[in-house]
Amino acid sequence: MRSLIDIQELSPEEIDRLIAVADDIIENPGKYAHKCEGKKLATLFFEPSTRTRLSFEAAMYDLGGHVLGFSEAQSSSSAKGESVADTVRTVSYYADIIAMRHPKEGAPMVAAMNCDIPIINAGDGGHNHPTQTLTDLLTIKREKGRFDNLTIGFCGDLKFGRTVHSLIGAMSRYKNVRMVLISPDELKIPDYVKQTVLDEKGIEYTETNSLDEAMSGLDILYMTRVQRERFFNEQDYIRLKDSYVLTPEKLKTAKSDLAIMHPLPRVNEISVAVDKDSRACYFKQVKNGKFIRMALIMMLLGVE
Amino acid sequence: MIIGQIKNGIVLDHITAGKGMILYNFLGLDKLECQVALIKNAESVKMGRKDIIKIDKVIDINFDALGYLDPGVTVNIIKDGKLAKRESTDTPEKIVNVIKCKNPRCITTVEQELPHIFVLKDKERRIYRCLYCESRAK
Repeated sequence: MRSLIDIQELSPEEIDRLIAVADDIIENPGKYAHKCEGKKLATLFFEPSTRTRLSFEAAMYDLGGHVLGFSEAQSSSSAKGESVADTVRTVSYYADIIAMRHPKEGAPMVAAMNCDIPIINAGDGGHNHPTQTLTDLLTIKREKGRFDNLTIGFCGDLKFGRTVHSLIGAMSRYKNVRMVLISPDELKIPDYVKQTVLDEKGIEYTETNSLDEAMSGLDILYMTRVQRERFFNEQDYIRLKDSYVLTPEKLKTAKSDLAIMHPLPRVNEISVAVDKDSRACYFKQVKNGKFIRMALIMMLLGVE
Repeated sequence: MIIGQIKNGIVLDHITAGKGMILYNFLGLDKLECQVALIKNAESVKMGRKDIIKIDKVIDINFDALGYLDPGVTVNIIKDGKLAKRESTDTPEKIVNVIKCKNPRCITTVEQELPHIFVLKDKERRIYRCLYCESRAK
């Protein structure tokens, strides 16, 4: 039974196919309205979420399926100390596929090892978030028309930013992709991402503290939030939370066809004034998220 | 220095000099009631200096753990005073419950019964990563 824990489990060809299906869903939604009739998706969210959980649920409803689950750990038996393995084993008797978010890294992998239905990792701590990456890839394809020959700037919390780690992994498989990693020293990209992805695949990358210096060379700017929930020390969070704030002023040196992306939610790292800029793509990402999740659910359930 | 021959037991040979005590502790040899000899800095043609451990009893040896801690150790099984079997350890592809993940965000920190599994990601540099969270073994 196939699951999706890490974006690297999908080949570039499979990603192309998912994007093609998502494009077709956007053009012909009626064609897909009954594809998952009689199927149930369980959304097991041990950590709060708006977009990811609702987009999974909307995706399943738009495929004609049903949804069950919980949206916080406190409303499940994990609050009583139940293990991830026991929880998913139980849920697997009631559902056909599970989307799981968990604050602990590796929890969806444990789930996949312990049940017989597909598990989709909907975010595990600061580790991976493959469906956000699929969302990002669909957005890049629709905005830029390609995955190769791009310079991508990742800005903000690159240490705990799971969407960043997953997207770097996915984009590193395409030709002539350059990456600019913009972060304070305390939130630099983890060594394991550098060693196992960037160095191993020979990706050209630079690390810098300055968004201003990097701006003019970027085709895509991927902003991220400094996540309070990843810090053990509130003081560190307060010190780092406003490291980068994107404003119309800062975009003056940017390319005219720059794509500004953000996995959302944002706090104040992108000024609301930027929303009016035609280069802002973050709400398009939100919209795309549902369509690519529809394509993924169909693929993992083996629905043609 | 003379240390008597073993009749039935195990000799761990070609231990990197200085690592004998680490293996001694890891294998829990301090808990055995039979004779155990740890020889440090023995002369070796191949290695210059090496450590050797002699155990006067046949016990279960975790080859993966040995291979992780010190690849190249030779395990000699002695039966009736003769060498019955000789095996060399190598860097294992996977180690289970040999070391623990130190990442406070890893699922293994809250689920006590999960096996701590590390997978070899870079054989040349002997880099292992947690199967669950991908943190590097320290």
